[in-house]
Formats: sequence, C-alpha cells, structure tokens
Amino acid sequence: MTTLTDPPKQGSFQPMMLLNDTRYRSITFQVIALILLILAIWFLGSNLATNLAAAGLNISYDFLGNPAGYDINQTLIPYTSQSTNLQAAFVGILNTLLVAFLACITATVFGVLAGVLRLSKNWLVSKVMSVYVEIFRNIPVLIWILIIFTIMTASMPTAKSYLGETPDNGLIAGLFAFTNRGVNAPAPIWGEGSMVVVAVFIASIIGIFAYRKYAKKLLFDTGRLLPTGWPTLAILILPTLIAFFVMGQPIGLDAPDPLANRFNLRGGIQIGAPLIAIWFALSIYTGAFIAENVRAGIQAVSKGQTEAAAALGLRPGRIMNLVVLPQALRVIIPPLISQYLNITKNSSLAILVGYADITATLGGITLNQTGRAIECVLLLMLFYLVISLTISAFMNVYNNRMKLKER
Amino acid sequence: MSDTQSHNVAFVRETFLPESAPPSTATGPVKWIKDNLFATWANGLLTVAALYLIFLVLSSTMPWIFAGIWNAESLAACREVLDGVSGACFAVLTERWNQLLFGFTYPTDQYWRPTLAFVLLFVAMAPVLFFDLPRKLLIFTGLYPFLAFWLIWGGTILAPLLALAGVVVGYLVYDRLVKNSFAAGFFGGIVAAFVVWYIGGFLISDTANENAMLQAVPSRDLGGFMLNMMLGITCVSLSVPLGIALALGRQSNLPLIKGICVVFIEFIRGVPLITLLFVANVMLAYFFPPGSGVDLFIRVVIMITIFSAAYIAEVIRGGLAALPKGQYEAGDSLGLDYAQSMRLIILPQALKISIPGIVNIAVGLFKDTTLVSVISMFDIVGMIRGPILASTDWNGVYWELFMFASVLFFVVCYGISQYSQWLERRLATDHR
Repeated sequence: MTTLTDPPKQGSFQPMMLLNDTRYRSITFQVIALILLILAIWFLGSNLATNLAAAGLNISYDFLGNPAGYDINQTLIPYTSQSTNLQAAFVGILNTLLVAFLACITATVFGVLAGVLRLSKNWLVSKVMSVYVEIFRNIPVLIWILIIFTIMTASMPTAKSYLGETPDNGLIAGLFAFTNRGVNAPAPIWGEGSMVVVAVFIASIIGIFAYRKYAKKLLFDTGRLLPTGWPTLAILILPTLIAFFVMGQPIGLDAPDPLANRFNLRGGIQIGAPLIAIWFALSIYTGAFIAENVRAGIQAVSKGQTEAAAALGLRPGRIMNLVVLPQALRVIIPPLISQYLNITKNSSLAILVGYADITATLGGITLNQTGRAIECVLLLMLFYLVISLTISAFMNVYNNRMKLKER
Repeated sequence: MSDTQSHNVAFVRETFLPESAPPSTATGPVKWIKDNLFATWANGLLTVAALYLIFLVLSSTMPWIFAGIWNAESLAACREVLDGVSGACFAVLTERWNQLLFGFTYPTDQYWRPTLAFVLLFVAMAPVLFFDLPRKLLIFTGLYPFLAFWLIWGGTILAPLLALAGVVVGYLVYDRLVKNSFAAGFFGGIVAAFVVWYIGGFLISDTANENAMLQAVPSRDLGGFMLNMMLGITCVSLSVPLGIALALGRQSNLPLIKGICVVFIEFIRGVPLITLLFVANVMLAYFFPPGSGVDLFIRVVIMITIFSAAYIAEVIRGGLAALPKGQYEAGDSLGLDYAQSMRLIILPQALKISIPGIVNIAVGLFKDTTLVSVISMFDIVGMIRGPILASTDWNGVYWELFMFASVLFFVVCYGISQYSQWLERRLATDHR
C-alpha cells in the first residue's frame, strides 16, 4: 500500500478524486466491497427464502427435542432409541472426541518413532521408514480407512470360533479376542476401596514431580546430583502396589469369557470394528505426516549445538534432552497441533464405516430422518468450528510463550 | 636423528615399503555394511528387525501377487482356476477396467473422448510445468479447458466457443483499460465477458445439443478415476487465483476487506471438507435462484474450490509475510501503485516461496476428492464400494481393488511431489 500522500489540491472536491486520491480511495473501495457483500447476502438470503417457501419448509430447531428413533451401537453415555436427537448428537460429539483423542496419542507415537528412525544412521531402517512415510502420505486416508475396516471385518475370525470348551481360536494372552465385529478386551472391575488405590496413584505422580523439583533445586544450590531414574520408577509403582494389596486387591479384570454364552463373547468391553478402523487408519496416516514434522524439527537444530554440548562434556542422552529437544520442540509443536486438528476433522470420515460420530448421527441419520438439512449441517459446522478455534487459541497462547525472547 | 644412530643400530630399512591394499574389513561393501547396518549392537538388532519385517511383508504379498489370475469372469471362476492356491484375482481389474476409470454410466462407445482429453492434458500442462519449452505452447494451454469441456461433456460446440469468446473479449477489454488503472481493466474485463456470455446465451438454441457432433453426456454420468482427476485439476486451477486474492485481502490494510477475508478463511479452515460436501449436496441448491438447476458436479466444484482456496491463501500469506519489508518499500519508492508493485515485485517472489506449500495443498486436495463418494458420487472409491463390490460376480474382491486405487493415487501424488522438489531446486536463486 502506497504511503505517499499527494499534496492537498487547491480548490473544490472532484468526483474522480474518489478513485485517484489516496486519501479517499481506500474508503471508496471499502464502501464498494460493503455494498457487494450486502448485495451477495441479500441475493443468497432471498433465494433461500423463496426456495424454502416453494418447498414448504421453514427453519426450526424443534426437531432436536423429538425422539431420535434409531439405535447407536457404541455410546459413552446412556442412550436409547427413545432419546432425543439432541442426545444422539451428544453421543456423536463424545464419540468424535474419543476417536480424535485416541488417534492423537497413537499418531504421535507412530510419528515420533518413524521420524527419529528416519534420521537413524542405519541405512536400512531409515529407508524402510521413508517408504512408510511416502506410502502413507500419498494414498488417501479414505482408502486406508476402508482397507483397515476390511481387514477387521473380512479377515478376522468370527466371535463363535472363540466359544466353547475347545475353541478354534484361543484368546490372545487369555485376555483379548480379535473378532470380525471388533476387539474384545478385558474391563477393570472397580471393587470396594479401589478409590484409595487410585488416590495413592495420583498422589505418587504428584510425588514424582515434587522429587524432581527437589533434585533440581539441590543440584542448583549445592551441586549434588541426585539420581532421578530409578527413584521415579519406585515412587510410581511401590506405593500403589502396597495400597493395592493392603486394600485387599480391590481392582480386578473382567476378561471375555468363552464359556459364558453360546452365541457371543460375554464379559469385558467390546471395541467395535468401526472404531478400530478409523482410529488405526487416522493414526498411521497422520503418523506419516508427524514423522516428517519431527524429522524437520530435529534437522532444524544446527549441528553446532550438538557439537557444543558434546564439547561441554554432556552425555548423548543429556545432549538430546537438554539441548536438541527443547530447540526442536519449538519447531515441531505448531505443525503437530495442526495435525491434531486434521485428525479431529478427518474423524468425520467415520461415517464411511458406520462409526457413530457427530457427522454420522447429526449429519447422517438425524438429517435423513428429519429432512432438516440446513439446520443439521449448520450445527455440524458450528461444532467443528468451535473445536478448531479452541485448539487454535491454545496454539496461539503456546506460540507466544515459546517465542524466542530476543533483546 | 638417524645420522647419529646409524652406526650402532643393527638394521635400518632404507627403501620404502610398497603400499598394500587396506584390509577387506575396512573397505568396499564390507565396510559399508559394518558402518551403515551394524555400527553398534543396537543398530544391528534394528537391522535384523527391519530385514525380518521386509521378509514378512514380501513373503506374504509376493506369492499372492504372482499367482494372480488376470482372466476370469467372476470371483467364483477365479477361485476355480486358483484351485485352493492363495492368489490374487486381478481379473476384476481387467473386467471392470472401464468402470474403474470412467464410471458405469458413461456411454461405452465414447471412452475415446476422456482418454483424448487426458492425453492432451499433458500437452497443455507441459509448458506450465517446464518453462524451457517454447512459450507459444501456452496458447494451447489457454484453449485446453474449453476443448476438454467439449470432449468430456460433448454437446454443441457453440457452448465452449461462446465461453472462449467471452474470455477473449474480456481480455481485450482488460488490455485496453489496464493502461489507465488495473482496477478498471480488471473489472471492465469481467463485465465485458459476462455481457458476451449473456448475449450469447440467447444465440444457442435449446435443441442445439440434439444433433451435435459429439453426443452430450450429463454430469451425473461422469465417474471413476476420471472424476477424481477432473475434480482435482479443476479445483486446484480455480483455487490458486482465488487463494491469491484472499491472501492479498488478508494482508491488506483496509479493515473491512481484511475482516471479510479473515472470517472466510478461518471459517472454511475450521470445518472438515465433508461438511462442505454436505452443503454442496443438500444445502447449496437452496441458495441458487429458483429453477436454475445447478448440477451436483458444479456444486461440488464450488465447495472444493473455496475449501482449497482458503488453505492456499494461508500458504501464500506465509510467502507474503516471509518477504523482507524492503521489497514492499522498494515498490513504493519506485512510484508503483498497489496493483503494479504486487504484480511486478511482491507476488513473483512470494509465490516462488509458496510453491512447496501450494503443491502440498494440491496433493492433499487430490486425495480428498475421494470424499465425494460419501455424497454418492461414483468416483473410483465410490465405484469400488458401490457397483463393483455389490455385484454378485465380484463380491469379496477387496484387496485387488484397493491396491489398484492406491497405486493410481500413489503414482500421481508421488509424481507431483517429486516435480515440486525439482522445481524448488530449479527456482533456487539465493546463493547460500
């Protein structure tokens, strides 16, 4: 934008000055833009009104209070087909958040592993990892979801083959059963006094932080270096274990039981095949992208930093923890968070395999049953928009905190 | 030193020993293997694990692929030939080849038209991708969209000719007016083009399609990988200019225009593509004038285009922000106005920085075109999930079909990203 200012002309205002005089031009353009915007909104709005009137429709959100009338096979909150559409939407929201949360964790694990291994000095390993990254990045996630769903449904044994006294398939480790309907896993049973064990566990995690802070303070004050490795592990495990046995083993495992029922596996929890498909597909697909971010982040730390740390006499583990990672994380975290955002948005593809996320409940069945297309799609967009903007807001806060403090 | 000791030392070697080759463990493939595969014991363990993984993958897929049957009429016939041996049934690809590529309703005797359009696409793209080629070839690139439209949809040749005439008239008007001001030229050109299209609309009679040279094909008959290619190419080429406009708008210091662009970009980037496709499918029709009957293909193109435009705008904004402030000031101090300094100084540099990002978006967009199968358009994934797997002949042939679709996408996407890396090296003018 030009910063020159013409010398004020003597004489009266001329109409052409609206276009040619920099003092007025910006206002002229904005007024034109405003008029165009209003015209466009008016045009679309009047079309909408005419079309709705012609079709005998109106905009109303009353349908949210009506009974949904369909079942959902995987729910986190109580739900029956008599529940309202709004409750169905909440079930969908929770399912979306569940699969997004799970996929974010596993994708990070895959991504960090692949990214670090791709930088390995081992030629074969780094080549295998680059093949992984290239294959998964260049094939649509939709196809990956379908492939994994097909693996789950078409090539896994039936639940029936696990049943009976002499089953065709044994439970894996006596706890897990992979069937064509999903994975049966053991569920914890919370007995009397189990809350004490959980409380002790949480307290010991706080204890670890306190111990580490104390060790750091002691190091800075006196120069004495306390070990942190095995005490951390001890604090994490021992108190919880003691509490567990003192309270009389209140937490048990409810494994799938091949003998409980003649037709299906009972006991434990069943993780449906659609959830597994969307979870695993999003993890390996996004993991390939995260691997590239991790690699770029580590490579962005200049070699001199590593050499300087080595010259100071730090051990390789310390060099990674104290010098390379803090600088690499600054580069890795922002794209990582936008990958998390992508996972959340891509979880909407769950509709393809019949996982009841928000797109499948509100944007799928509810939309088709009530015919309230505009309302449903708007609510759907609003939900994703809120999620995205919340995550972006957190990211901005983080970026501002991590910004290099320069003079 | 040796002079003083030579008389009391029993033996001093006076000739140079011939050089001998380094030991076999310190050279050649052995050294390479030792350094790169078994440097430490942990590294060796990783190598063994990787070798085992490779063996596992190859030993389970290779026999299956090589035992594949390429000629059979159905899955049952395929299994009969295989006779219990584990093998692929690639016969589904040969038998449904045309359906996978063109969809199942495209007129069978007209397949040469999309094929020709596909071949010509390479001719049209060549001068854009490789700028060593003679610039005159760009004329064909300019004509290609109209030619491809006519080849694929068929119908009267007057429609693409009219569209072309509008563009030419618009350009001529722009060329006349741009000497005064860019804005006048730009808007004048657009208005002139619309006037030509509007007047021309009356000249084409409603029955023109009936005795046309090429049989008219409605949009709903398009399908297969052709649909993915068409959506990908159309939407990327439309969204780049829109993205540039949005990025400039977001960088502008006019608060109103900046506000509109920010809201638009953040809104589109905040929602998944699938909700925008829902909009195209069930909602967008309500926003067009009654009776205009815009078909689903166009509605989907509109939504995908604004989706990718928002992402491309962010990439280009990054490029604009990366330019040193001195470049903007240099433009101003030369006395160039906004349009000139953007066109001649800022955008060429900003776009060059943005190329890798834009290519990433383009690859992502091309992969995302498979999402249209969710709103019941029969692209390649829609074809596989719908008519092919549902048919009694091929019910159960999953891996062969998914593998075929994966290979197609991999070839295109990997090719594009390799081209982008080549282009980056080619355009690197900074001397570091």
